[in-house]
Amino acid sequence: MSEHDVTRGMLGPSGPEIGCDACFEYLDRYVEAEVAGGDPDTAVPGMAAHLEGCPACSEEHDSLVALLRSSPIGSP
Amino acid sequence: MTAALTLIPREMTEERFDWVAALSAGGREQDEATRRLHELLMRAAHFEVNRRRGSLDSATDVDQLAADAAHDALMAITAKLHTYRGDSRFTTWAYKFALLEAATKVRRRAWRGREVSLDPDAWTRLPGLDAGPASSAEQSELMHALGHAIDQALTPHQRLVLVSVTLEGVPIDVLAERLSSSRGAVYKTLHDARRKLRQRLAEQGFDVDSGRKEAAV
Repeated sequence: MSEHDVTRGMLGPSGPEIGCDACFEYLDRYVEAEVAGGDPDTAVPGMAAHLEGCPACSEEHDSLVALLRSSPIGSP
Repeated sequence: MTAALTLIPREMTEERFDWVAALSAGGREQDEATRRLHELLMRAAHFEVNRRRGSLDSATDVDQLAADAAHDALMAITAKLHTYRGDSRFTTWAYKFALLEAATKVRRRAWRGREVSLDPDAWTRLPGLDAGPASSAEQSELMHALGHAIDQALTPHQRLVLVSVTLEGVPIDVLAERLSSSRGAVYKTLHDARRKLRQRLAEQGFDVDSGRKEAAV
């Protein structure tokens, strides 16, 4: 792990962020806006910063994006 | 998994299908909707487990792991059905429960038997805060100040969470399980620790996002 990675991980995102519970609550809305090519950060302010700071929520976000992109069911 | 898709009637995959009504209807209609939802959740759970399969040992029964995740997701959705507001498709809303359950189960399984240091002072023994020989003077100064701030500004619990997650790479939900806590509570601790470190470094003149120290005036 580089020093830059260490300091980034320890200091986290600079902007205001929502917590894990709110992230889960709004994840579906955020990801649908993202997959549709919209502006997810306007739809859910503070989500992008949380995804930068929380590895677990970020992984689940990436999975939902991948699932919707792979699935004729979930495609908006 | 593709086969499961063919079992879902087309009308249930369309936005206009009223999943909430069907899942609350009682009788055969509800049973059928529940069965179809479970199929969707199994698909999502398998998708997630397969994405993270590399972190599991070969002895892990991945099908059982996915089945457990789909079951737990179905229980959670049933309990929270009244909270669905229609901000996204119902299927997208439901998928996130299956992904959460599956991802959490995979992380916990991958870390089962692995030691997680719960010593708040373990960070002093980790190499991550040693500025290497190629480090710039600025970076060395920042790393030194960061180490000092961890020692002086954080509580032992904040130090433990910060170091476990950011230096040792312990997944937050694994740490939450070991601490008998929740992901949200552990992340809140991490967030508060980060705010304190940022504040302490800013007070010392560091621009924490660039890593540079501002010139004194």
